[in-house]
Amino acid sequence: MAAENVQTFTDSNFDTSVINAAGPVLVDFWAEWCGPCKRLGPTIDALATDYAGKVTIGKLNVDDNPNTAFKFQIRGIPAMLVFKGGQVVEQIVGLTPKEELKKVLDKHL
Amino acid sequence: MPISRHVVIIGSGPAGLTAALYTARANLQPLLIEGVEAGGQLMLTTLVENFPGHRDGIMGPDLMGEMRAQTEKFGAEIIQGNVVRVDFSRRPFVVATTDAEYHAGAVIIATGASAKLLGLPSERTLMGHGVSTCATCDGYFFRGHEIAVVGGGDSAMEEAVFLTKFASKVTVVHRRDTLRASKIMQDKARANPKIAWLLHHEIDEIKDTGKGEVTGMIVRHAATGERKEVPVSGVFVAIGHNPNTSLFKGQLEMDANGYLITHNGAKTSVPGVFACGDVQDHVYRQAITAAGSGCMAALDAERYLEHTSHTESPTHVTATS
Repeated sequence: MAAENVQTFTDSNFDTSVINAAGPVLVDFWAEWCGPCKRLGPTIDALATDYAGKVTIGKLNVDDNPNTAFKFQIRGIPAMLVFKGGQVVEQIVGLTPKEELKKVLDKHL
Repeated sequence: MPISRHVVIIGSGPAGLTAALYTARANLQPLLIEGVEAGGQLMLTTLVENFPGHRDGIMGPDLMGEMRAQTEKFGAEIIQGNVVRVDFSRRPFVVATTDAEYHAGAVIIATGASAKLLGLPSERTLMGHGVSTCATCDGYFFRGHEIAVVGGGDSAMEEAVFLTKFASKVTVVHRRDTLRASKIMQDKARANPKIAWLLHHEIDEIKDTGKGEVTGMIVRHAATGERKEVPVSGVFVAIGHNPNTSLFKGQLEMDANGYLITHNGAKTSVPGVFACGDVQDHVYRQAITAAGSGCMAALDAERYLEHTSHTESPTHVTATS
């Protein structure tokens, strides 16, 4: 269902795909029952296209992957964490316009 | 180059989508700009049981999906985007997003209202880390925890009842000693054994900003001033809404609380600019009244355009965004 540039992160691939990734990674924590998360979907898809090759962008379903959501103390979704060198460098909570997300990502290019 | 349209609709809740449905069926080829909180407040709800025609209820996000599909079926164009500037002092009207500028013969405003916050610095810092304005989004993360709901209206009662599905205890904090909620909602909440009551109390501070997570709240008795700390791991704020009208300041007449003033139907203080839904209604605030007023705005806009002769006839350019 996700656009081709959008990765799917899980509890099992999180270390390889996010923590040990070479460049910056944006992880969108979401769930099927979260209306605002669904509305954010197209924005994430668009960002993945715009930042292809520069920022790895993907989604993590908190229902299917509770360990990762718990580990990063996710208490509200949609939540977007930006990782760089295995560390969380940005946290954005709630529906956010594409322009604001771009500003955040541009800081870490 | 600006894109010209007969009608531009700002907002995609029940008011905006109904206005789009009616103007689309009137062959006005409306353009609807959905905004950041696309789908409006119903996207944050679960089962809607009072929208006529759905006897078993319908999930809020599904209802919005249906409305959207119905609107698009009749040719309304819906674009993602956020309006950042309007100019109602010139004709055609100007509505600008970050990506494009639109010229419109008529504008329908359906920007709705957004959740109000307590205004505490600790509340802002802990937003998303235990403080929430969306029970349906975030309740899941509080399975087995003790949490609080702030507010005394229908939405506070609804959230409290909903959150008992996850939380072990839900304390309702309200600054008055009586609730504002309707009797049916109060009865539902009062009958729930997981709900505790902290009436006549205000929250002074949410703890713990140092830890970056909610560990408790400092409450103060509204009459005696006595303060105490109540341990909770989540605080859900449901104290009402503010109309989304900052874009229109200085251009349209508003009341003291920032709601747009409408008269003779959906007309605002500028002829050709119409408003519908919660942005102009702090009294009824229902999905069905928002939809009804969206219909009124569409019919008013249609009549206005019929009686206005434009020197320039709008060209129907498909917006690319």
